[in-house]
Amino acid sequence: MTTTFSPQRFGTLLVALALLLAPLTLGGEEYVLRVLTVGATYAIAVYGMNLILGLTGQLSLAHGGFFGIGVYVVGLLTTDYDWAFWPSLAVAVTATAVGGYVAGVVALRTHEEYFAIFTMAMGFIIFLVISRWESVTHAHSGVSGVKFPEGFGAFDFSEPTVMYYLVLLFLLGAAYVTYAVRRSGIGRTLVAIRTSEDLARSIGVNVGLNKQLAFAASTTLAGLGGGLFAAVQGFVGPSAAGIDLTFEMLMFILVGGLGTVLGPVVGTFLVLFLFEFFQDFEAYRFLVLGPIIVVLVIFAPRGIVGYLNQFVGRVRSRGANGSRNPGGPRGDRQAETTTDVKEAL
Amino acid sequence: MTLFIQQLFDGLALGGVYCLAAIGLTLIFGVLRIPNLAHGALYMLGAYVTYFFLVTVGVPYVAAIGLAAVVLALIGVLLERLVFHPLRNAPHTHHMIAAVGAMFFFQAVAQALWGADFRRMDSPISGSVTIFGAQISWQRIVIVGTAVIVLALLTWFIKRSIHGQTIEAIEQDRTGSSLVGISPSRVSMLTFGLAAALATVAAGLVAPINLLSPTMGDALSLKVFAIIILGGLGSLPGAVVGGFALALAEVMTSTYVSAAAGEGIAFVVIVLVLAIRPTGLFARAVQR
Repeated sequence: MTTTFSPQRFGTLLVALALLLAPLTLGGEEYVLRVLTVGATYAIAVYGMNLILGLTGQLSLAHGGFFGIGVYVVGLLTTDYDWAFWPSLAVAVTATAVGGYVAGVVALRTHEEYFAIFTMAMGFIIFLVISRWESVTHAHSGVSGVKFPEGFGAFDFSEPTVMYYLVLLFLLGAAYVTYAVRRSGIGRTLVAIRTSEDLARSIGVNVGLNKQLAFAASTTLAGLGGGLFAAVQGFVGPSAAGIDLTFEMLMFILVGGLGTVLGPVVGTFLVLFLFEFFQDFEAYRFLVLGPIIVVLVIFAPRGIVGYLNQFVGRVRSRGANGSRNPGGPRGDRQAETTTDVKEAL
Repeated sequence: MTLFIQQLFDGLALGGVYCLAAIGLTLIFGVLRIPNLAHGALYMLGAYVTYFFLVTVGVPYVAAIGLAAVVLALIGVLLERLVFHPLRNAPHTHHMIAAVGAMFFFQAVAQALWGADFRRMDSPISGSVTIFGAQISWQRIVIVGTAVIVLALLTWFIKRSIHGQTIEAIEQDRTGSSLVGISPSRVSMLTFGLAAALATVAAGLVAPINLLSPTMGDALSLKVFAIIILGGLGSLPGAVVGGFALALAEVMTSTYVSAAAGEGIAFVVIVLVLAIRPTGLFARAVQR
């Protein structure tokens, strides 16, 4: 891209500015800042889901479970074992990375719907262990008093604004990883696997290893998000590992745009905003949100960012693929490969 | 020994319920090649609609289950038309995501109409009978009996009647059946209707033993997936065998090991089976 003005770059800048300036404009609205911080931890995990579902095309329903592992490793180590936060986070990230890689050895032997069902069972087992193993995880009474990260010099992370920027830094890291992966050969390899595993194998892609790495990377980000979530919340319960959380993350990424760099963060904050909006009738929010998921999958499967990307791509190469049907799965996929390679947003 | 017989009958009754729910799921998978994650939600709605007819309207128990089955069959057809039909050519992940959306919607509907707290539904069938010293309630015997009758009728329907045979034809070869004039679209609707009705019968039968709640379908949903993976996705006899096997395993584990282990056994089964045979036990050739 040689043009100085690119809509993608502009969009990225806009999102980044909005996130950076949010605490300043809120001016003491502690609650909103807290929601934003929690949202940012979710968004980190959603970036993980993006790697395995958006880029590689594998629906992993164990994501909430791995998030829960991150939450509980940090939660339990900093309270019952009185560890400091940073080493606990390191353990959480290592545990989910290794756990994801090992689980992937078995899980990725299965394909398509079997993979989804397998990972759903895995997620449920993680949830059952966390919610029943009372002597270690305190089951339903949860873990309270999770430590804040230890500060460096002037940075005191018990200050909500500082904590927000810390989480934002990790979020930036997650987004950058996605950006870098998408620009690199690995990203193209993963997209090739998503398009067709057989085809990818036939051109010499090591499908098994690449899926395995993508899965491990996705669980690592889930663990990282979970670990930060524990510190932000201070009090955590088994619901932080539940299957509902996986489904919520699925909605975040779907709204934002599968496989895009900005999709996870846009989707997460937008849907969380809607959640807050419907907060008074929390139990009934799915009366509206359920059909929204269905409508999105049917009519806008590429999400907001995906749609915008497609729009920008089409304007740029006017006539080249403008006549293709944007909704149909065939036209979609062809348009996708062209925009995928060209655009790295 | 008495305890064992007691648990054996409990397991059989639970197995009957699982079979009825699992058969619907396996039929849908056979015809549409999609794992319907919203199946547990249909089961839950079935229980609530039965409750509505029995308690609020006041019709007899059997009629309430029948009426609820009809209502749910319609909801099943609507679900197919509005959600899965538009997605028939989409990547497989999209069906599952849409099914999750439908599932949340159904749960919210049940919660809006009937509230989040547990409801009790009393069965007109009371009393129990003593067999080898074990107290077996009539409700459990009715469940097993009904399950056997419904399974027999269903087998007859699929193997002998023309409409049922279209289901099997589509399962075997979608393109081929279209060529001989079977409409895949109509068969999909029929399958969804049938599956939802079967789930309702299962829910209506078990509701007097368990309590009703908007999330009662969640655990069932995963368990029926374990069953159909055990029995092979799309296989009817597999669903029956798998249903009884899982129910007995579950009841025996929770009696002799621990309640949590009983709850988790279904998921352990899924993980173990798929770890050893990634395409499920008794897997048939997959039609692409």
